[in-house]
Amino acid sequence: MTSLTLCHAEPRRLGPLGTASALLLPIAVVNAIGFLWPVVNLLKMSFREAQASGALGAGYNLDTWTNALTDSFTLELITNSVGVSLLITVLTLIASYPIALYLHRSTGTWRTVLMVLVVAPLLTSAVVRTYGWIAILSDRGLVANALMALGMAEPPRLMFNLTGVVIGLTEILMPYMILALLSGFGRLDPRLEEAALTLGASPLKTFWRVVLPLTAPGMALGGLLCFVLAISSFVTPKLLGGGRVFLLATEIYDQAIVTLNWPLAAALSMIVLVVFGISLTLYARALRRIA
Amino acid sequence: MDERPVSPALKIAAGLMFLFLLAPLLVVLPISFSGDDFMAFPPSSWSVKWYGAIFANSVMMNAFWISLALAFVVTVLSLGIGLPAAYALVRLKPPGAEALSNLFSAPLLLPTIVLGLALLLVFAPMGLIGSFQGLVAAHLIVTLPYAVRVLSTALANLPLTVEEAAGMLGARPLTVFFRVTLPMMRSGLVSTTALCFLVSFDEVVLSLFMTGPRLQTLPVAMYNHVDQQADPMAAAISVLLVVLTLAVVLVVDRTAGLTRTFVK
Repeated sequence: MTSLTLCHAEPRRLGPLGTASALLLPIAVVNAIGFLWPVVNLLKMSFREAQASGALGAGYNLDTWTNALTDSFTLELITNSVGVSLLITVLTLIASYPIALYLHRSTGTWRTVLMVLVVAPLLTSAVVRTYGWIAILSDRGLVANALMALGMAEPPRLMFNLTGVVIGLTEILMPYMILALLSGFGRLDPRLEEAALTLGASPLKTFWRVVLPLTAPGMALGGLLCFVLAISSFVTPKLLGGGRVFLLATEIYDQAIVTLNWPLAAALSMIVLVVFGISLTLYARALRRIA
Repeated sequence: MDERPVSPALKIAAGLMFLFLLAPLLVVLPISFSGDDFMAFPPSSWSVKWYGAIFANSVMMNAFWISLALAFVVTVLSLGIGLPAAYALVRLKPPGAEALSNLFSAPLLLPTIVLGLALLLVFAPMGLIGSFQGLVAAHLIVTLPYAVRVLSTALANLPLTVEEAAGMLGARPLTVFFRVTLPMMRSGLVSTTALCFLVSFDEVVLSLFMTGPRLQTLPVAMYNHVDQQADPMAAAISVLLVVLTLAVVLVVDRTAGLTRTFVK
């Protein structure tokens, strides 16, 4: 009885703004505790004093930052991560473009089936897909056994090095690239290609001069997405790199969990965020030039 | 069914790239039926012993139940917190609604490795590392943005007239919401449930920061297992996980339509 009257009276007493605040309070609390505060704390952490024991000093200084930015290992980490991520982005684009173009041209049930095949890997854990790549690339894996069957005595090592990480991440990021490309393919009217072909352009020239420029916005979006996901990915470099591939994301984890140098881990995270900011700016500039 | 002719070169290129895209999932199935004691492809003999090995492995079984309970709690909380938020943002439109909804989806923009570290640094002094509550909080940060976004879209697409009619006929706001609005957004609710459940069940990076030696989720246990020894048991678990995912996706497809939910 009391709860019923409460139900009726509550919203009326609060008014629309009060009701909205009450409904938004839980999510605001979660967001503040789980996002805003941790991010601010992360920035502060990068200026804390790090002690060899893993404990934190009381004061704040620039030591972690000056050490990180003058240390050749950190600089190598940054250039390595950016370089590998760029390579992966280009390879993902090359591998995804034919699929996206083919999907754009297909219709009906066939298109739905292909779409499910593109989305399905996205819904399976990165651990599962990385494990699949271990099965293909390891010394007793599919590729090595196939090469040995063909008579090669010592097949090249494809795992526990950069090659494996690049192959694995390229495949894992393909669904994102395909979906981004498709979202940008709306401007690609098949009649434009037909017109170019009728007017005497070769198929290659039509692709280069008509199809490619029209799909550039989708390529820029997919490129941004893949670069950002590649530089922050952790599971695949760790498992396929076998501890021999050093990238920003794996180093952040190691510094936080193994070495317990939290200020350095925080500084490296901030560097990742700076790289994010730069790539977003470049994307915005590229988009303006395309349009 | 193709309306436009597709050049054979494009067909071959797309086919090869599809093979590349699906390769890891395609090799996992035969390996899970391997009779070997180590991972090799192709396997030299066949058996189902690795499926039996999962159920005999207490680490994996514990991790599975923890992941299941975690995904359940996270999904219920995401709906319980996300639905009022979506209603307030879409229907009541308080001042600054747009800025708020951007703030609520901001955690998705942060790389999970950075978010994981940020949460570790805050949760560790509070003793939340290796605790179920810590995992729930960490997962909520990434499932809530999905919940709010999908539910907001579902709410915004509902015809207002039905709700107005119910209100005019004397139904109180809460009655309208539970008897009219909620049943009409059923497909949005199903999609949100499936999405939150899958995101939480598959989440590995945040969990790696949050779990301790006593408390592991299934993806973390698998990660640790694969990191130490990539034997065929991981393949058997992978197959079961893919089957589970497919089951969830089928349910969503039946009730809400897959392409409408995930591709938009």
